Amino acid sequence: MSESELFDVRLTVNGVVRDVRVPARRLLSDCLRHDLRLTGTHVGCEHGVCGACTVLVDGVAVRSCLLLAVSADGAAVTTVEGLTGQDGTLSAVQQAFADCHGLQCGFCTPGFLTTITAALEENPRPTEEEAREIIGGNLCRCTGYQNIVRAVRRAAELTAERADREGAT
Amino acid sequence: MTSMFGEPIARLEDDRLLRGNGAYLDDLGHDALACAFVRSPHAHARVGEIDVSDALGVDGVVAIYTHEDLPGRIAEPLPLLIPHPALTHGRTGYPLAAGEVNYVGEPVVMVVAEDRYLAEDAAERIMVEYEPLPAVVGVDAARKADHLVHDDVPGNVAGHLVQSNGDAAAAIAAAPHVLELDLYVERSASTPLEGRGVLARWDTESRRLRIWTSTQTSTGVRAAVAARLGLALADVDVITPDVGGGFGVKIVHPWPEELLVPWAARLLGRPVKFTEDRIEHFLASAHERGQRHRVRVGFDDQGRVLGLDVRFWHDNGAYIPYGLIVPIITSTQLLGPYKPGAYRVEFSSLYTNTVIVTPYRGAGRPQGAFVMERTMDAIAAELGFDRALVRERNFIQPEEMPYDHGLIFQDGRPLIYDSGDYPAALAKLKALVGWDDFEAVRAAAREEGRRLGIGLACYVEGTGVGPYEGAHVVVETSGKVKVATGLTSQGQGHQTVLAQIVADELGVPIGDIDVVTGDTRAFGYAVGTFASRTAVMSGSAVALAARAARAKAISVAAAALEASPDDMEIVAGQVRIKGDPESGIAIGTVAVLSNPLRYAFDEAAQAATQFAGGDFDKPPVAEDDEPGIEGRKFFSPVRSTFAAGMHAVIVETDPQTAEIKVLRYCVVHDCGTLINPRIVEGQIHGGVAQGVGGALYERMAYDETGQLQNASFMDFLMPYVSEVPKGIEIDHLETPSPLNPLGIKGAGEAGVIPSAAVFAAAIEDAEGIAITSMPISPSDLFELRAASRPASRGAAGAPRDSGDRGR
Repeated sequence: MSESELFDVRLTVNGVVRDVRVPARRLLSDCLRHDLRLTGTHVGCEHGVCGACTVLVDGVAVRSCLLLAVSADGAAVTTVEGLTGQDGTLSAVQQAFADCHGLQCGFCTPGFLTTITAALEENPRPTEEEAREIIGGNLCRCTGYQNIVRAVRRAAELTAERADREGAT
Repeated sequence: MTSMFGEPIARLEDDRLLRGNGAYLDDLGHDALACAFVRSPHAHARVGEIDVSDALGVDGVVAIYTHEDLPGRIAEPLPLLIPHPALTHGRTGYPLAAGEVNYVGEPVVMVVAEDRYLAEDAAERIMVEYEPLPAVVGVDAARKADHLVHDDVPGNVAGHLVQSNGDAAAAIAAAPHVLELDLYVERSASTPLEGRGVLARWDTESRRLRIWTSTQTSTGVRAAVAARLGLALADVDVITPDVGGGFGVKIVHPWPEELLVPWAARLLGRPVKFTEDRIEHFLASAHERGQRHRVRVGFDDQGRVLGLDVRFWHDNGAYIPYGLIVPIITSTQLLGPYKPGAYRVEFSSLYTNTVIVTPYRGAGRPQGAFVMERTMDAIAAELGFDRALVRERNFIQPEEMPYDHGLIFQDGRPLIYDSGDYPAALAKLKALVGWDDFEAVRAAAREEGRRLGIGLACYVEGTGVGPYEGAHVVVETSGKVKVATGLTSQGQGHQTVLAQIVADELGVPIGDIDVVTGDTRAFGYAVGTFASRTAVMSGSAVALAARAARAKAISVAAAALEASPDDMEIVAGQVRIKGDPESGIAIGTVAVLSNPLRYAFDEAAQAATQFAGGDFDKPPVAEDDEPGIEGRKFFSPVRSTFAAGMHAVIVETDPQTAEIKVLRYCVVHDCGTLINPRIVEGQIHGGVAQGVGGALYERMAYDETGQLQNASFMDFLMPYVSEVPKGIEIDHLETPSPLNPLGIKGAGEAGVIPSAAVFAAAIEDAEGIAITSMPISPSDLFELRAASRPASRGAAGAPRDSGDRGR
């Protein structure tokens, strides 16, 4: 297999089917960022430690710098751009970060947003300790995490409020 | 309309960043060629033959450059940014190594290719011959000078500086008590989540260069690149996109890549981009903090410092592009809130075969606070006094402000504190942490077999250093307000706080204000973002520019309403006669009226055309006036403002494993008036987390050959949420600065400054073992315990060898 041999890959990214031809070694993070130009996913370390590049693959939070694009063939991928509602409303997790000053430079933020989104699906009412566990694998150099922990719990509240409102209408 | 200044409003920056619509350096230039660099694998070596023949055959390679290929001023050593008379042997690196390499990671060959994968394929096929030379690693080896980093720099000494106020030696000799301490602080680094990066595009038609760079100073990069490429400043634009954190490392400029990428883009006629990866950031950007200190202090029976003599040795790495700024800051800011009877400080800045050292958030102050606060704790231990009491007795009192230390600060100006109330800050901190009740807490824990300790540490931070910043405020005919200032943003919320200032000064809704930073097209004169200076410098400049725009708007509206300007006000974007909402003219309409027109571009603009009336005896634009509602002002203070703060921490140390747990972390902070308390607290949170990292986890593990052994996020222990305190309790004190129109002092670096000092104090208090070297890991503490047995437990005052652990 030569470095220049290209492979067809079909991804469903944020609900849209995308076909790309990439070399076998293309990282999913680079494929999303440079082939599909979805630059909301950031690359902070390229060795799977910082979590900035986290995306949801078939609903599961994964580090897109540790996955080859070819091995995601056929998968549904959600990036930070796909968290926002179709009408442009910020998701509960995104809104919670704005409400709680959960971001400063914003570089690590997309990875936190995707990680927390997946975790709240599993545990919609995390305790403070659980909130800390949810974000325990993501690095942030700006915030000292204080307001990110708050944002996790605020997101849970917002999600519940929004569900109540939808239930009422 | 309620005042915006002082309100904890949510940030204006966030919406875009939360949607994934931020534009960081590597998000730009998808069509650009990519760079990879062959970097030195040796800490010190002569560079021999470079064979690129194998690499030239790699598909997609566009160009390969070595030092030999660089023309003219691109081939010269990088600029020495901050010269100083004491910097007698300043040396800087070349953009690509010229015959010798002096640290692992130094760039040797530049590869340009169609994408980064291909550039790296080519880079690994390039063969470079090296003749290794002995490496000088660590401050002690540099002092010993068995080997030299630069052949023409004797003793590895880049610079040597002495400052004094009074006769410290005589004061110490005459003092009833004298202590000596040997104190060491290890290296750490800024480590923003986004590394460095630069993109350049040469427009072959307009013959202009446009550069995007992840920098803390766009004007600095512009001046340096224009000078080296022989371009007029007017033909170079430098744009700072969203920056994924800086913390100091991105104030250095021009990085080798910041010169080479624009040079190659112009030469090749194609956009070129360099995006630093994580290992490059560890190996080829900058570190800070590595210093060894020797303290002699003489004091009286009350614990008052009569004489203080500090000598220290600063590891500046392979080159010294940023000059002596870090050790100068340590040497002056270590005085903190105290007034020793006499003070002498002497430092040597030493070359080593390691990555360069330039300011990292706090910039020499964490080391200074560590030295001074360890000294205060040692005095308290020696005399058996409460540690807070000893500090109180040495404080500068509020009525002594402004206080002149008789030294020269990092800006070349006298070290004179403008304001501050240290006794009040200490009282707040003691109340917040429960200082006076701690013995009961400790005793209760001891009953449960738990070991607790408490520490406190104080600092004073010179913020808002000059020489100046400027701002431009313009009211568009739509009523929207465009604000520009030249310094850059890396996540501090500048857009928000500057808009808050303009909203109040101009009287317009904050939603109508758009702030641009770090774009030389919008504002060409600026210094940069460092030294907690944005709120002070650009905040003041923005306020002055907004006031000028306001005066102009009122003058134009007053003429239209035939009213006196003194009777006018601007409320919610309406310029009106005071108390008469009916009289209001929208500020956008005033902008239309301010610009006499021949051609109406829309219906509203018809009011300003030449047949619309006016006083036919006067020129449409008065002699000393100009069209438009604009203000352009600069702020240049006489000297820095001095913020201050005090931290306390309660730790628990595990009697078996020596793990160190933070139980409470308390901060009292005085940055003058607060523009946005939420943003200030966010800055403190982040600073404290970096401080925890520097005190307990982060170190640069160089081996004796100069290889950095922990150059990854797996091995360099940057704190995750599990490592930071579960809560950071903050109390504010506001003593406004008299040196600027808003009373502001800087806040950006405060959180990190006293961390090493406060953790050392608390761990020492828990353990009864002198802590003289930071950071301290559980295994360090375990070893210290073993070494202290069975001898009696010492206090901080006991002289003790503090070897470079982690080496």
